[in-house]
Amino acid sequence: MAIVEIDDLQKTYDGGFQALKGVSLEIGEGEILALLGPNGAGKTTLISVLCGLVSPTAGQARIGGHDSVTDYRKARRLVGLVPQEIALDPFTKVLDAVRFSRGLFGLKRDDAKIEGILKQLSLWDKRDNRTMQLSGGMKRRVLIAKALAHEPRVLFLDEPTAGVDVELRRDMWEIVAKLKADGVTIILTTHYIEEAEAIADRIGVINKGALLLVEDKTALMERMGRKELRISLRAPVTTLPDMLAGYGLVLADEGATLVYSYDTKGEATGITALLADLARAGLKLADLKTTQSSLEDIFVGLTREPPKEDAA
Amino acid sequence: MNWSAVLTIYRAEMLRFFRTFVQSFISPVISTSLYFVVFGAAIGSRIQQVEGVSYAAFIVPGLIMLSVMTQSISNASFGIYFPKFTGTIYELLSAPVNFLEIVLGYVGAAATKALFIGLVILATASFFIELQIAHPMAMLAFLLLTCLSFALFGFIIGIWAGNFEQLQLIPLLVLTPLIFLGGAFYSITMLPAVWQTVSLFNPVVYLISGFRWSFYGAADVPIGVSLLAIAGFTGACLLIIGWIFKSGYRLKP
Repeated sequence: MAIVEIDDLQKTYDGGFQALKGVSLEIGEGEILALLGPNGAGKTTLISVLCGLVSPTAGQARIGGHDSVTDYRKARRLVGLVPQEIALDPFTKVLDAVRFSRGLFGLKRDDAKIEGILKQLSLWDKRDNRTMQLSGGMKRRVLIAKALAHEPRVLFLDEPTAGVDVELRRDMWEIVAKLKADGVTIILTTHYIEEAEAIADRIGVINKGALLLVEDKTALMERMGRKELRISLRAPVTTLPDMLAGYGLVLADEGATLVYSYDTKGEATGITALLADLARAGLKLADLKTTQSSLEDIFVGLTREPPKEDAA
Repeated sequence: MNWSAVLTIYRAEMLRFFRTFVQSFISPVISTSLYFVVFGAAIGSRIQQVEGVSYAAFIVPGLIMLSVMTQSISNASFGIYFPKFTGTIYELLSAPVNFLEIVLGYVGAAATKALFIGLVILATASFFIELQIAHPMAMLAFLLLTCLSFALFGFIIGIWAGNFEQLQLIPLLVLTPLIFLGGAFYSITMLPAVWQTVSLFNPVVYLISGFRWSFYGAADVPIGVSLLAIAGFTGACLLIIGWIFKSGYRLKP
C-alpha cells in the first residue's frame, strides 16, 4: 500500500520560478526511494511541500491517507524530516534538543527511547554538550536524532550525507537499513549516485521540476546500463593493431588492459567479433572481466542538456 | 490541541531565561534602583506631590510598565526570530502544531518572563518607598494583560524582522518614545492642553494611566477606556498573527 501519494503537485514561487511542474508519485510503505537530480531540480521543494514548509500552488499530497494541507496534523505526525542545512539552536544541549522534538510532536517523554536513539547515533556521550560544541558530522547526527525522536513512519532525508565523512556515511546507511527493517519508509535526496545505488529500492530522477522517471533500481540499471568488458593482456601493448580500430577500445593500466564498452540491450554486443579479431591480431589474453556501468552514467545521460543548435 | 507542543515550546523558552537568570534578575533591580536614586531622591525631592502621592511613588507604575513592555517585546520577538535566524523554524513548521499552539508557547513564555521582571521591580520599589496598592487584583490583571499584549506585539515583530537591526528598530524607534511620552514619569495633566490632546493618540497613555489607577485610584483617562484600549490592542495583535499563519507571511514560501 502507498503511504505517500503525490498527485500532480505544483509549486511556483513568488518570483515566478516554477520549482515543481506537476509531480505525481506513489511511495510504498517500507520502501526506500532515492531522488536524484542536479542542484535546483526541485528535490528540496518536493520534500518541503510534503513536510509543510512550503505551500503547494496546485495538486495534493497524502501521507498515510491524510491530506498534507487539510489534515496536516495527522499527516505530519507520521513524518520526520532531516533538513539539508544544519539548523540547531547553538546553546541547547543535545539531550534537550532531542527531547524538544519529541514533545513538539505531542509524544510523551520517553527517556529510554531517547537514550536508544542517541546511543545508536553515537551521541550518548555528547548528550550534555551544547550543539555549538559539536563537529559538523555530530550536528548532523543530532538532526537525525531529532527526526527519529518522534518515531516517524516516513522519514525524509534531504542530502543526508552531503559533506560528511566516510564513517558517518556508512553509519547513516546502517541506520537507514535498520529503519527499513522496522518498516519505516525513507525518501532521500542525494547527489551521491553511489548512495542511491547502495541503499535505495527505487530511484526517481528529477530535473527542472519534473520527475523524469521512477523505477526499481535493479530494473533501471538493467534497462539502461551499459557494460564494460575489461581484457587483461599477457603482454602490454603501446598501440592498437589497425584491425581493432573499429571497436572503440581504450587502453588502460599502461597498455596491459583493453576496455570495451557495449550496450547490453543492443542487437549485437560485438563481443564475439572482438574476441576473434583479438586472436587474429595475435594478442594473448590473461583475463576477462565485465562490469555494469554505474547509476551515475545513467543519471548524467538523463539530465544532460541536449546540445544547443547554433543559431548562426 | 497539542498541549504537549505548547508546554515543550514554553519549557524550552523558559530554559533560555534560566540560563541567564542572574542577568535577568539583577539588571532590573539595578536599573530600578538607579531610577529611584535619580528621579525619586535627587529630582523627586524638589517636586511637589503628583496626584496626591510623592513623586517617587508616582513613577513606580510607569517604571514597571516601561520594563514590562520592553521586556515582553524583546523576549517574544527574539524568541521567534532566533529559530528563523538559526533555521530551526523548520521543525516548528513541519510539526503537527497550529499557530495558536506556537503563539501560546512563545508568547506565554515571554509574558511570564516580563511578569517576573515586573514583580521584581515592584519588590525593589518597596524598599525605597512605602507602596500602596488600591486595587491589587486590578493591578495584577493590568500587569498580566500588558505582558500578554506586548508579547503578542513582539511576536509579530520577530516574524517580520529580517535581521537583527530590524528586530531592534521598532522597540527603539517607536516604542521607547511612546512609553516616555506616555506619562511614565509625569501625569499628562501637567502638559499644555495641545499636548494633552496629542497624548490621547498614544496608546501607551491608556495602559500606564490604567495601571497607575490600580495603585493610587487616580487616572489621566477613565479606567474603562484604559481597559478597552488594552483589549483592542490585544485583539489587533491576535488578528495580525492569525493572518500571518494563514498566509504564511515571512514563514512559508
